[in-house]
Amino acid sequence: MAWNEPGGSGKNKDPWGGGNNQGPPDLDEVVKKMQDKFGALFGRGGSGQTPGGGGGKGGGISSAGIGLILVIALAVWAVAGVYTVEEGTRAVVLQFGKYIKTTMPGLQWVPPIIQSYEIVDIENVRDARIGYRTEGGTGRRSASIEEESLMLTQDENIVDIYLAVQYKIKSASDYLFKVVNPDDTLRQVTESALREIIGKNQMDFVLTEGRSEIAAKVQELIQSILDRYGTGLLVTSVNMQDAQPPEPVQAAFDDAVKAREDEVRLKNEAQAYANDIIPRARGAAARAEEDAYAYKDQVVARAQGEASRFTQILGEYKKAPEVTRKRLYIDAVESVMSNTSKVVVDVEGGNNLLYLPLDKMMQGAAGMRDLMQSQSPALDSTSPSRSSTQAPLRDSSRGNNRGVR
Amino acid sequence: MTQGKMISLILIVVILIVGSMSFFIVEERQKAILFKFREAVSTDIEPGFHWKIPFVNDVRKFDARVQTMDAQPERYLTNEKKNVIVDSFVKWKIDNVSKFYTATGGDTDRANVRLSQIVKDGLRGEFGKRTIRDVVSGERKLIMDILTVEVNKQAQEFGIDIVEVRIKRIDLDKQISESVYRRMEAERQRVAKELRAQGEQEAETLRAKADRERTVIIADAYRKAEEIRGEGDREAANIYAVAYSKDKEFYGFYRSINAYRNTFASKEDILILQPKSEFFQYFK
Repeated sequence: MAWNEPGGSGKNKDPWGGGNNQGPPDLDEVVKKMQDKFGALFGRGGSGQTPGGGGGKGGGISSAGIGLILVIALAVWAVAGVYTVEEGTRAVVLQFGKYIKTTMPGLQWVPPIIQSYEIVDIENVRDARIGYRTEGGTGRRSASIEEESLMLTQDENIVDIYLAVQYKIKSASDYLFKVVNPDDTLRQVTESALREIIGKNQMDFVLTEGRSEIAAKVQELIQSILDRYGTGLLVTSVNMQDAQPPEPVQAAFDDAVKAREDEVRLKNEAQAYANDIIPRARGAAARAEEDAYAYKDQVVARAQGEASRFTQILGEYKKAPEVTRKRLYIDAVESVMSNTSKVVVDVEGGNNLLYLPLDKMMQGAAGMRDLMQSQSPALDSTSPSRSSTQAPLRDSSRGNNRGVR
Repeated sequence: MTQGKMISLILIVVILIVGSMSFFIVEERQKAILFKFREAVSTDIEPGFHWKIPFVNDVRKFDARVQTMDAQPERYLTNEKKNVIVDSFVKWKIDNVSKFYTATGGDTDRANVRLSQIVKDGLRGEFGKRTIRDVVSGERKLIMDILTVEVNKQAQEFGIDIVEVRIKRIDLDKQISESVYRRMEAERQRVAKELRAQGEQEAETLRAKADRERTVIIADAYRKAEEIRGEGDREAANIYAVAYSKDKEFYGFYRSINAYRNTFASKEDILILQPKSEFFQYFK
């Protein structure tokens, strides 16, 4: 009864499930064991040498004893057929090697000898990795396998792809009976399908936005092929872990990426330049406009002022034209005379003989000017109050006039 | 132990042995042939329990599952005489058990060897007709379909049903790979240059536009400023004109004396005069 214990490891617990040796020899053994165990019951020790309960050498076995043996044997047979199917697994039941049914988790029974069963784990998600392997349970990539990962695209470029496939068993009986080594088959199919799909796409698409689309197509293709073979496998997910240009051209690709960044940077710099100069230009424009307004207001104000001054003096002039005119004239000439160097020549017709040392007079005037500047620096600055600036000028020039004269 | 018991015991043993030889079990994974004195009498026996006559019948069982012929990668020449390395596999199963048995003796390895030769020939033929581009992308599926049909035709002869011939890998020869890498590199360099140049182009365009905008802004401002100044000048001129037209003669006098005053304002100006003017009326 030890050979059909449920829950043990290994698919094939029943020695009759896999082997071809069947029937009576084993039955004999069972009965022999029975005899060994229950030998005391019949007042007989030692191991029975004779197979078959009915053909024993001891003549003391009663018909009741035979009946008892049969009952016990039947009970043992019945008990031996009990097994449990754990959650997440299925038991495939075979009758003389022929598939009959798949049973669900729970306590199950098969008639031993006639039927046997195999447990298949269907919930456990398995995975296959194409192009790389992982380290233990960490999931970290440990080694890439070039002959798996490098493949050709439609535009005859080579790409480096890492793919992870997760799958589980959808039909326990198909998994067991339809295909030799379904897990290897899945690997082969995955490689083939991946390359077929990659071969239909352009490199740029594969490396950039196409990843999820390609993974979906690969999954679809793998599943259809697996179904065609009847592997009983279900692909639950296909993930493109990585899609890269191959190692030897990595640098060029990186540079292209950098170039894209450079493009953006150049544009940004130019935009920054534009953002810098245009507001400044607007500022300058505003300045020019304001200056113009200032000029306008200035000239208008000056015009108004000067016009007003003229109008007012005109009013007074109208009242006494003779006197005012004379006064204005003399004032003006006086002012001119007092501010300039002058030579009065009162000789009629003797111009040719007259000698004037003009250069010396000029020097003298310049020297005088320097002197005046050091004395009163306020003199040079244009001041609206004419009388105040003219006052010292007039004083200092008086002596000068005398000197020249 | 009596003679009779001995005989009966032997009899039972014989019966058991003969009984055990009088049936056979075909598993779900298997197909079987039943022979009668070495002559196949029944093929395609279903899985399950079957009777046979001991010593007369004999049984051979074969794996009925889909099996794999995974060939070694092989070099093939394409249409443009380039070497490609192709890795393929064939999924097959036993279709006609007796044919299979007579052709291969039931040995799957022998079957695989024969299949691999057929597939190799098929691949060589198909690849020779096509370019790399065709075999990699466009016609990969077509080649697989053609081969599946072709190989299947020949495999029928030894009782094998081809589920599918699949191309796993098509890789370029090492040297061709190198040149592909170089081409890819050149391609990327082209892209990089183009991107940078585009960046320069757009940057220059942006700068030029900004410069233009600046120039236009300033010119506009100049125009406006001049207009404003003109307005100012016009207004001022108008004011002057209105005021001065009240007495033209006096304006001339007034403006002149102011001008004298402004013109001769420096000691460096030297006037050489004859005292004949109105100013010197009393000078003599």
